Amino acid sequence: MVILETDHKVFVELLEKILAEANAGFVFLVDKSGPQIAAVGEMELDTTSLASLTAGAVAATEGLSSLIGETKFSTLFHEGVGHSLHISQVGEKAILLTIFDEESSLGLVRLRTQQHLPALERALGEVLNRNQLKGKPTATISSSAFAEISDEDIDALFG
Amino acid sequence: MSFINYAAREINCKIVYYGPGLGGKTTNIQWIHEKTRADAKGKLISLATESERTLFFDFLPIELGTIRGFRMRFHLYTVPGQVFYDASRKLILKGVDGVVFVADSQEARMDANIEAVTNLNDNLKGQGYDLATMPYALQLNKRDLPSAVALAELEQALRIKDEPVFEAVATTGDGVFETLKSIIKLVLKDLKSR
Repeated sequence: MVILETDHKVFVELLEKILAEANAGFVFLVDKSGPQIAAVGEMELDTTSLASLTAGAVAATEGLSSLIGETKFSTLFHEGVGHSLHISQVGEKAILLTIFDEESSLGLVRLRTQQHLPALERALGEVLNRNQLKGKPTATISSSAFAEISDEDIDALFG
Repeated sequence: MSFINYAAREINCKIVYYGPGLGGKTTNIQWIHEKTRADAKGKLISLATESERTLFFDFLPIELGTIRGFRMRFHLYTVPGQVFYDASRKLILKGVDGVVFVADSQEARMDANIEAVTNLNDNLKGQGYDLATMPYALQLNKRDLPSAVALAELEQALRIKDEPVFEAVATTGDGVFETLKSIIKLVLKDLKSR
């Protein structure tokens, strides 16, 4: 998947809306294979680990849903003493993670998430569609990022 | 599926260590974690049972530097090797860019090795990938054990294409970084050629 700066800006704007309107501490968009797409919030977090574990949790939950004949569980909620996690699937390829404390509530987070999910799904859909269009501008950008890498560059990575 | 973020100027690639149970996949990742500079690695996450058997996956993010202004980040995952955790293995292969097969050289584990290669092939197909074209390295681990099968015999039984083969003793680090470097090069060359 290729995320351009313009895509990232759109995602961040949407995540900031959710952060503010849900009174959350952190909002995070994750690709289902593990890497993070965009994040907003003031909390000091290991976002790489968070992204990987969120993707793992959703993957495991998808496995559970298929075992009982459900197509998917669209949201997950983990309730903690200080902080809680609300996880929603964004289309087929991404996950929205919202972290909140007692300043917010599950109902508010769920409401704001549902309100903004369609816009997030549209934005992500555009990125995915563009990624699939071979020969179009993004495909060129994607391949050029790798095409410029020389064997010497690769060797140099290892010092 | 590699992940290029132009806003963060980073390229993320996913490498999965696959193989039979107790073959040394987690030990590989632990060695890499132990010997990698603090500023080039993230936290090692192990979702394991109380007896330290991998339950879901181990995860280690490493960053090797920059190429053309992009930070090169590699997410290393292991799968649980035990046969009955097949559902978990399938999930972890999602979005994979390269696979290291960690084989157990002991004679008693030959059937388990062969079963795991077959399982890898099936699970990759299930995710829409083809092992024949996937960047792939074969590591023959536990070469220090007296019951280790001869190299030629192992290669004949486990080699599936022209993949690079490495002898290893993951507990002492022998062959661990050689395997990692090889798979990273294969992944980058594969992405370059697309």
